[in-house]
Amino acid sequence: MAEKNIAIIGNGISGITAARFIRKFSNHSVTVISKESDHFYSRTALMYIYMGHMKYEHTKPYEDFFWDKNRINLLRGTVKEIDFANRQLHFDTSFKVDSLYPAPPSLNYDVLILATGSKPRRPEWPGMDSKGVTGLYDLMDLEYMEQHSKGIERGIVVGGGLIGIEMAEMMASRDIPVSFLVRESHFYNNVLPDEEAKMASDEIRAHGIDLRTNTEVAEILADESGHVTGVKTTKGELINGQFAGVTIGVEPNIDFLKNSGLELNKGILINRHFETNVEGVYAIGDCAEFRNPIPGRKSIEQLWYTGRIMGETLAHTICGNRHSYQPGIFFNSAKFFGIEYQVYGEIPCEISGDAETIFWKSKDNKQSIRINYDSNRGFVRGFNLLGVRFRQEVCEKWIEEKTDIQEVVSNLSAAAFDQEFATRPERAFIEQFERQRGIKIKPIGSRGWKTALKSLLKT
Amino acid sequence: MSERSMSIANPSPFSTDAYQKGALALSALAVVYMFLLISGTELLSPVLSFWLLTGFFTISALVYTWRAYRKKPAGIKNDGIWYSSLLARGALAWMAGLIFTVFYVLLYWYPSTLGLGMGENGSNTGLIAAFDPMSYWIKGEAASEWFMYGFFYSLAILVMGVKFFVKYWHSPYQKWRTASVVFFQLAFAFTIPEILMGLNMPYNDFFNMWPLNYYFFFDWNLQQMLDSGTLGIFMLVWGIALVLVISPILTWLYGKRWYCSWVCGCAGLAETAGDPFRHLSDKSLKAWKIERWMIHSVLVFAVVMTAMVLYSFFSGSNTVLFMDSHNVRAWYGFLIGATFSGVIGVGFYPIMGNRVWCRFGCPAAAILGVQQRWFSKYRITTNGSQCISCGNCSTYCEMGIDVRWYAQRGQDIIRASCVGCGICEEVCPRGVLRLENGPATDQRAVEQRVITIDGFQPE
Repeated sequence: MAEKNIAIIGNGISGITAARFIRKFSNHSVTVISKESDHFYSRTALMYIYMGHMKYEHTKPYEDFFWDKNRINLLRGTVKEIDFANRQLHFDTSFKVDSLYPAPPSLNYDVLILATGSKPRRPEWPGMDSKGVTGLYDLMDLEYMEQHSKGIERGIVVGGGLIGIEMAEMMASRDIPVSFLVRESHFYNNVLPDEEAKMASDEIRAHGIDLRTNTEVAEILADESGHVTGVKTTKGELINGQFAGVTIGVEPNIDFLKNSGLELNKGILINRHFETNVEGVYAIGDCAEFRNPIPGRKSIEQLWYTGRIMGETLAHTICGNRHSYQPGIFFNSAKFFGIEYQVYGEIPCEISGDAETIFWKSKDNKQSIRINYDSNRGFVRGFNLLGVRFRQEVCEKWIEEKTDIQEVVSNLSAAAFDQEFATRPERAFIEQFERQRGIKIKPIGSRGWKTALKSLLKT
Repeated sequence: MSERSMSIANPSPFSTDAYQKGALALSALAVVYMFLLISGTELLSPVLSFWLLTGFFTISALVYTWRAYRKKPAGIKNDGIWYSSLLARGALAWMAGLIFTVFYVLLYWYPSTLGLGMGENGSNTGLIAAFDPMSYWIKGEAASEWFMYGFFYSLAILVMGVKFFVKYWHSPYQKWRTASVVFFQLAFAFTIPEILMGLNMPYNDFFNMWPLNYYFFFDWNLQQMLDSGTLGIFMLVWGIALVLVISPILTWLYGKRWYCSWVCGCAGLAETAGDPFRHLSDKSLKAWKIERWMIHSVLVFAVVMTAMVLYSFFSGSNTVLFMDSHNVRAWYGFLIGATFSGVIGVGFYPIMGNRVWCRFGCPAAAILGVQQRWFSKYRITTNGSQCISCGNCSTYCEMGIDVRWYAQRGQDIIRASCVGCGICEEVCPRGVLRLENGPATDQRAVEQRVITIDGFQPE
């Protein structure tokens, strides 16, 4: 294979995964460009830096020598313009930052991978430009939050998603009182079914957060110096706060590509092979939008996991093994203060006609298991877990093979992944299943790796 | 470099309240009083000195714990750690390290400065005299420096064990493990040996395994056991069986954790008093290389030294290959037994973390590590491809294992040094890790988690 110059814009999980696998499979020259940081760090850990659990250096998954050793060139700079005809990148020469890897004025490439990620979505509310108002996506946002949340009496978070709850938890960790404004009637209710959303909401309140549901913002209020003093809701309520996190979602970070000849919609339009309309130019991760999404999946997938899958898949294609995006069974996870959340397969927030659900919740309101199954044919469609850990491989296999609900329930302990000595929530789930159906099943007894392996190897 | 100069390093919002400040002052007072005793100023009678020292430290730790965790809901309590002077190598940490180190130097090499045999007719004065009443009560003789040290050591494990217990109230694994390690210290490492001495039997900690217990095969110890009837013979047989039979079997079944975080006295202190410093271990690849060279060198030293000592015991000749076995064992005691395990191992907790000795020095850990690496059922399982590379696991690994390196590749963690403390599975915000004992191989359903596309061989 002729060796090519591969340029990757963006050093997040998508771009870095692509770079690592291209290096693994080939001798192509690989250059990763970032505006944000010299080295790859884990964006998911931003909250832990603020909370004092980790320092920035701990969020870097690879030691600094890794890049040189693996011949992955790093460049720090802002791409101003892409000359697709001549396959050349032009950097913004006015971008000055203290870096080990300052970018040259321009760079030639043979293959270009756009992995520019997201940026926080900005609503059109009056007062959005006030000081102390920010989203949270990158290191600059974190730095801004650090400065503007110092010494305040109360913080406000607007938007009930995963970043919103992180910002609330961050401020709570510093004993800053937080008002958390959510449009839905429970936190994350646009994704979680009612019961789980309510449990998450209870957990948020148990941590002292002033969670306000069914609340939307009309205006951001500021003082004469332009500093935020609070928000006004659509119902006319005034909520005080000297810092406001606005986390109503993220959108593809593609402003610099407008009118470049690249076809854009909300994101960079791609086919299932991540190919854009320009030959030799690919897009992966948060910034990409499928023209033809896989049925049941979104056209823009903004998860850590999907970014990683896209990066690896594209590396195969570029190294001569053309492959389309096949993310497999959907999964995701998060943590709502003290409660972990895992989902495998399809769990819509409202159960539709052809699915039925079995839901178990612990008495202390901290654990739940939900299994959805097909109402006609009885096979499992998804698992939703709060405060309970299940094995991904086991759940995936059951969903993939359309295993019958009763067989899944009988073998549920094969999926149990909670710590040794922990309680056995799956047993309570099984008992409830028996009661509901008025039957007795014979569940397998033990959990642990041996049981899981047996289940996985069974054909 | 901009990455390092981020102001994120200096928010200091995490403050201690008045009670906690009082508690810390109480501890400081006790330290001052200790040094007053050492310098020969005896303000109070030995009995009162004893209660002042032990009481102040105990009350201080318990009040601190109560204030720190009283309102915290169940969950991880690592807020603000990297902003703390004591816990993040600030001025307080260096001071604490210095105090510990000075204490160990005096204990090992200048016990007379602690008051050992400095009174009339060789009675004790100062710090050690404060422990005479307790020592008389337990075994009818005056305290030695080792009685004083053993008492402090056990008290620290008990009191800080309570703190750890409260901190991980939500985790059954942590509670069982802590209960075990505290029990083994109080019963087997302190009380039983002291009572044995009172009964004129050999001092013996049944769970202090050779070669950690490097004097087990010394002539005086062997002679003492051989001269002590059935119990003495049992001690000898038990001590040998522990190394050759019991420990390999338990390590095969459960990993080295059965000893290194459930039983051993070094673990007792490291997992309780040392727990607040666990994140200070060095995770670099370089540190891992140094670790492997160092710990195995100590093992070789211990084995050679023991072989020479045994040769002398049976042959009656002190000279082995032109070297005096007494000299060799004296050097081992000075370099490894005292300097490494005591002064550096514990004295440097606030600088290098709580497992410096266990990781770089302990020859017993080296043996168990080899067993764990090559034929144990124990491993840490990674749950599919759910790792988000945040770095909490690596940061809080006291053994300096870069857990994330494996987890983010979907690999299980099988490392010689892992002591199975289980903190990685606690701090993981996505529930990705599970300590477990599986089939005796590193067998998995798939060798590495598949996001990798099957059947592709890189060119």
